Amino acid sequence: MKNPYRTQNIAFFFLFLATLLIIIPVGLIVVVIIQKGLPAINWQFLSDIPRQGMRAGGILPAIIGTLYLVTGAIIFALPIGLLSAIYLSEYAKDNMLTRIIKLAIVNLAGVPSVVYGLFGLALFVVFLKFGASILSGSLTLGIMILPVIITASSEALESVPYSFREVSLSLGASKWQTTRHIVLPNALPGILTGTILGLGRAAGETAPILFTVAAFYLPQLPKSIFDQAMALPYHLYVISTQVPNVDEKVRYGTALVLLTLVLFMNLVAIIIRYKFRKNKKW
Amino acid sequence: MRKLKEFIIEKLILICGLASIFFVVLIFLFLLKEGLAVFKTVNPLKFLFGKSWYPISEPAQLGILPLILGSLLVTLGAAIISIPIGVGCAIYIAEIAPLKIKEILKAGIELLAAIPSVVLGFIGMVTLVPLVKNIFHLPTGLTALSGSIMLAFMAMPTIVSIAEDALYSVPKTYKEGALALGATHWQAIWRVMLPAASSGILAAVMLGIGRVIGETMAVMMITGNAAVIPKSILVPVRTLTATIAAEMGEAVVGSEHYFALFAIGIVLFVISFAINVSADLFLHKRQQ
Amino acid sequence: MVKFKIHDLNIWFGSIHALKQVNMEIQSNEILSIIGPANSGKTTFLRTLNRLNDLNTNFKMTGAVEIEGEDIRGINIEVLRRKIGMVFALPLPLPLSIFENVSYGLRMHGERKKKKLEEKVEEALQQAYLWEEVKNRLEESAFKLSGGQQQRLCIARTLAVGPEVILFDEPCSGLDPISTAKVEEAMVKLKQKYTIVLVTNNVKQAARVGDRTAFFLNGELIELDRTDKIFTAPFDKRTDGYIRGKFG
Repeated sequence: MKNPYRTQNIAFFFLFLATLLIIIPVGLIVVVIIQKGLPAINWQFLSDIPRQGMRAGGILPAIIGTLYLVTGAIIFALPIGLLSAIYLSEYAKDNMLTRIIKLAIVNLAGVPSVVYGLFGLALFVVFLKFGASILSGSLTLGIMILPVIITASSEALESVPYSFREVSLSLGASKWQTTRHIVLPNALPGILTGTILGLGRAAGETAPILFTVAAFYLPQLPKSIFDQAMALPYHLYVISTQVPNVDEKVRYGTALVLLTLVLFMNLVAIIIRYKFRKNKKW
Repeated sequence: MRKLKEFIIEKLILICGLASIFFVVLIFLFLLKEGLAVFKTVNPLKFLFGKSWYPISEPAQLGILPLILGSLLVTLGAAIISIPIGVGCAIYIAEIAPLKIKEILKAGIELLAAIPSVVLGFIGMVTLVPLVKNIFHLPTGLTALSGSIMLAFMAMPTIVSIAEDALYSVPKTYKEGALALGATHWQAIWRVMLPAASSGILAAVMLGIGRVIGETMAVMMITGNAAVIPKSILVPVRTLTATIAAEMGEAVVGSEHYFALFAIGIVLFVISFAINVSADLFLHKRQQ
Repeated sequence: MVKFKIHDLNIWFGSIHALKQVNMEIQSNEILSIIGPANSGKTTFLRTLNRLNDLNTNFKMTGAVEIEGEDIRGINIEVLRRKIGMVFALPLPLPLSIFENVSYGLRMHGERKKKKLEEKVEEALQQAYLWEEVKNRLEESAFKLSGGQQQRLCIARTLAVGPEVILFDEPCSGLDPISTAKVEEAMVKLKQKYTIVLVTNNVKQAARVGDRTAFFLNGELIELDRTDKIFTAPFDKRTDGYIRGKFG
């Protein structure tokens, strides 16, 4: 006779195994990158331009380029994303239009990153004649992270209790005043969290910047938003696949810097979320 | 004065509310604008089902069947690996893990989601690729299999988190009812929880697959990029995404090659659109 | 003087017919208590007066509500809500300081002068019997007050705007007897200056403070009369049954 408890033990064992199969590699990846990348990290690596065909020297232009791109993306995406989230949580009615907007957001989030690259190339680089530039790359990344910001922000706005809005309106405040003075300040931590997660995503993406901004090698830092720039993820791709005989240490070092940048942003987001939950007043 | 200010702001909010629709349409239009041009010289059926992709030979041969099959093969492999493991992990996290461990596991999954794909591609190149080469005694480890394993890994966060949400949102009373009738915890999960969460889990799987099809950098770095119709999972393949990423840099703006790459972009856009719309339908079905 | 005139008021939320053919008048400077079991339409009626129901997307209304002869739908909604203040069932301070809570309405109506705000805040807190307890801690978060203090803060916040009518929606449902007594005391004093409509689940509260009492059942106004009449010799036997605690 089949013993149901034995079946259960076997099933739970396999579920546990499945979990380990995901978690252990994740841990290993992070540990290996830190272990092998750390020896490469020194002041020169972070502050010098690449030398000897990117086999030595530093990665400063790539770091700076990524920071420019991320900043540009957020300047573009945050206002639009935030206002869009306000529309969805405060103004939208439960109708067909809202349904279509939500579907569009889902689709925007699902468009392959390389297709964003194509779009950026066609619209910003070619059609609007911005050329391969920080401007084109930032705008492309900005549109790509828009759904992240909208989704996180509208969730944050919706989590502000409805009663606060009623109280504010009942005191004769207008809808916008209610949004501006009551809803927005209380949703700020959630909006910030979503924005930073979007930033992390933008910092790590390669495909959207391939044809819109990324330069193989530049010996100097970009001077304006119409310049090309190097970027960390693209640089890692280049030294891993395009340049032969790069010291493994340099590759791991670059991977570590990129990973640290992205995980740092995620960590900041998590801390904000945690603090906010602890200090929540209602 | 205040009225005017509020009027302007509220109009601005409405405009931005429509931004997502605007951008989806804009992306599609620009893909069409650049991509449809290729069909002036190439028959659409020949484009989709042509067996050879030699974009820079004279005359160019622009058949994307090898690329479609490459994408399908890699995706299928990734799905076979990631669905059981991902759903299993979701069940473990949602139902079995103690609270403390649950938090750690969720953080681990979030960590995986945050790792840039180029970093995963790099790690796959230096660890997984040699491993596959040695195990199967191949001339190169840059194969569809390596790509599938790496992509399975990248689909996990999506599958685990959405499937876990789906399990979590099954009403507690369902499970309690089953347990009260003397079912074991596993029986309750297998016979009650999983069926109840099935449409959410299906959506999770679809979105995971959507992620896999659209993934570019890691695939380009570890599948070997040979644009031929694959005969086994142990040979190099080239996917739709990798083709765009690898070749657009060299394609001359306005050339047939350039238009063809945009046409591939249209194919990818349509696939991701179909996946996302149907996954959304499944998620909404769950809510009703 | 008649403050509100309600003709043939019908309200629907989607397919639910929440108020049926209500006709009544509300006098100035009276406390009108509204009693009735749960889901009898009391709160819906109250929220019709300051048009808070409009927030509900399924809301539909026929008939008319007039304030001093003017249809409420013809008045600018922000002006209307300034005229008709509301105190909610649970104490609902905004996540701001005590001072900011009380001055919120005034600030939203464009009052910027600090001096003026301070005067108004003190006056409102005095009227709500809260001034002595909070005058040295105005900058603290309103959430630090006790439940009863929070509810009086909400009354002060409503008064600060300078309304003519105050709607109370079961204002004591979350409070202990002592806090309830304080809120009731405030209400009785307030009726000299304001018209008060009080929705309450507590029949005894209606008897204690109401000048007139209305009984709602299943969305219909069953009876409206002087409070002593309602509680001693009601016209309708359903009113009698409710007051005696036979249902609801």
